[in-house]
Amino acid sequence: MELTYTPEQIAFRAEVRAWLKDNLPRQPLASYDTREGFEQHRAWEAKLFDSRLSMVMWPAELGGRGCGLIEWLIFEEEYYGAGAPMRVNQNGQLLLGPTLMEFGTEQQKQRFLPRMAASLDMWAQGWSEPNAGSDMAAITSKAVLEGDHYVLNGQKTWSTRAIFADWLFGLFRSEPGSSRHHGLSFLMVPLDAPGVSIRPIKALNGKDAFAEVFFDDVRVPVDNRIGAQGEGWHVAMATAGFERGLLLRSPARFQYTARKLVELYLAHQASADRDPGLRDAVQDCWMGAEAYALSAYHTVGRLSQGAQIGAESSINKIIWSELDLKMHDTAMRLLGARGELLAGAPAAGDAAGWLEGFLFAQSGPIYAGTNEIQRNIIAERMLGLPK
Amino acid sequence: MDFTFSDDQLSFREAISRFLMTEAAPEMLREIWDTDAGRSPDLRSKIAAQGLTALSVPEAEGGLGMDDVAWALMTQELGYYAIPDSLADTAYVAAGLLAGLPADHPARARLLPRIADGSVRLAIGHPVNPLVSDAQLAEVLILLDGDAVHAVPRAEVDVEANPSIDASRRLGRVSWQGTAATLLIDGEQGRKLQAQLLDRGALSVAGQLLGLAQRMLDLSVDYVAQRKQFGKPIGSFQAVKHHLADVARQIEQAKPVLYRAAHGLARGDASAGRWVSQARLACCEASWLAARKGIQVHGAMGYTWEVDLQMFMKRAWSLDAAWGDRGFHKSRVGDYLFAAGARLGPGHTFED
Repeated sequence: MELTYTPEQIAFRAEVRAWLKDNLPRQPLASYDTREGFEQHRAWEAKLFDSRLSMVMWPAELGGRGCGLIEWLIFEEEYYGAGAPMRVNQNGQLLLGPTLMEFGTEQQKQRFLPRMAASLDMWAQGWSEPNAGSDMAAITSKAVLEGDHYVLNGQKTWSTRAIFADWLFGLFRSEPGSSRHHGLSFLMVPLDAPGVSIRPIKALNGKDAFAEVFFDDVRVPVDNRIGAQGEGWHVAMATAGFERGLLLRSPARFQYTARKLVELYLAHQASADRDPGLRDAVQDCWMGAEAYALSAYHTVGRLSQGAQIGAESSINKIIWSELDLKMHDTAMRLLGARGELLAGAPAAGDAAGWLEGFLFAQSGPIYAGTNEIQRNIIAERMLGLPK
Repeated sequence: MDFTFSDDQLSFREAISRFLMTEAAPEMLREIWDTDAGRSPDLRSKIAAQGLTALSVPEAEGGLGMDDVAWALMTQELGYYAIPDSLADTAYVAAGLLAGLPADHPARARLLPRIADGSVRLAIGHPVNPLVSDAQLAEVLILLDGDAVHAVPRAEVDVEANPSIDASRRLGRVSWQGTAATLLIDGEQGRKLQAQLLDRGALSVAGQLLGLAQRMLDLSVDYVAQRKQFGKPIGSFQAVKHHLADVARQIEQAKPVLYRAAHGLARGDASAGRWVSQARLACCEASWLAARKGIQVHGAMGYTWEVDLQMFMKRAWSLDAAWGDRGFHKSRVGDYLFAAGARLGPGHTFED
């Protein structure tokens, strides 16, 4: 055990910090759940990519720098510590990207990953269906093999930012008569293909944050399949592991929120201390964020020793989603009557930003597999309890 | 940056665990606790033969010279098997204090080799603990007075027994008078060693609490997998699964916090005290929840004397406030967190 950074890691941190200082947008970008904000974030991603900072742990030939996971954690710490924009292409870069690295053919990697790193292609997910939410194996959207193409019919839903995205990846039932997790294939679908229609769903924040995607005889080349035909469930579980685990929600953004929460408490301490529970809640949140960061470093260390994370990613998912909720609950209590004010409200003051985060935090225990499902996974796969 | 244990550390833990599994089974512990002394010289000498008492005694004094990082694993095993207080207090906490004395200090040669070979029991008094555990049986008591640290022979200390709900505890209120002969060290060095003593005591309890939490979880998993109601194991019901999943999550979340604190303490980092307190709070949460959920999923059986859960539950409740209660540890973290100039946020996690 050696908890210090190497000189190279310290230099890398300094480089990232200096780059962000020089390049961070002067004005905050518009919300990436709007068309305008989405494109602003795409331009920001292009800038990151130009300095090979969009995907630091990817190999250089695929648009990254070939860094290790510790360097990636360092990057994340500097990135979120500087208050840099949210990552608009995370569904691609952090979920599909690692999936392609593990299961994709060489040709697929070359074709998709550099464009993904540069955010030339923006990706949406296609998992849930109206009758397949927590029970994802109930998927009915079909992919019928005709020659060298699949013909897709069906509907996906809750697809984040799909109305702005270029591509979608997801699971389709490719074996007629198959059921549950058998007979599914993992496909990548261009969203401008004939037969695709997308209907936005207005989210809690009033923006078109997610969408329904309809497939009506959509033709997709067989080359767009990841993994073997009918073996998509196995591939999707790996993707879900990336989503629940470290990659999608690295600790740095929660540590950043925790720091802001401490600052918010100190700025309003006189009124906050009327509620004796608030100080304790702030401290708990901060310790929770620290614990999550420590667990990330510990996990990275164990991965480097050859450990697999597996069902532990479900623990991760519960930790970050409940921590985020608790931090924003606490912030709302600290803000009191100003908490409800929208960011542009003249009296909002330092309440601005917390409300949006509070709304988004409500979705944390639901997306990426509800926390009830995660608890089932922990109980069955880690503890070995019967189904 | 390498946040992992070495193969040596892991295999030593594994060996101790296998040993305690057979030598410290619950029925045996119950028998020992029914005795007045509450301690078994036989078990103690077997543990010494495994090398556990020599773990942090420096090599020059006949020990293995390992540090707090190794103990972060070992204290979990002591908790898992509910080994009574005096082992960790002697072999880890007191040995750490003695090993911090100047190299030529006579107490080193007097006590450290005997700690290593398992032939001496020490007890430790500290102002955060109103009572001293295992004072009655100890040969020597480490006691504090102002900035002074004393090693007082048992014969010079009055001990008034105070029974605890944890049948393994042997708590005593002590009265004593220090003399020039009992003084180990004082002044600046005394204060420094006292601070380390407190952190080591608190971290020792943190590790034990985490081990206790794991034991209570394991007992609960075993129970709900075999107990049937409505024609199936109660462990197949989501309400039961989710209780235990929450315990597993608290345990996993606390581990790295414990390990970072141990590493900081071993290095003598200035932030070690705060890290130890964070570890304590995380481990307290885990063991308290494991006890609550454990008794819940055991149903009425969990409320009986017969079922072993009670042994570990009571120990977890008792140790929760040992070597600093939660208020003490929360203040130590809060004093840093809410002070001007605290370095918070991403990138400062390992900063001393």
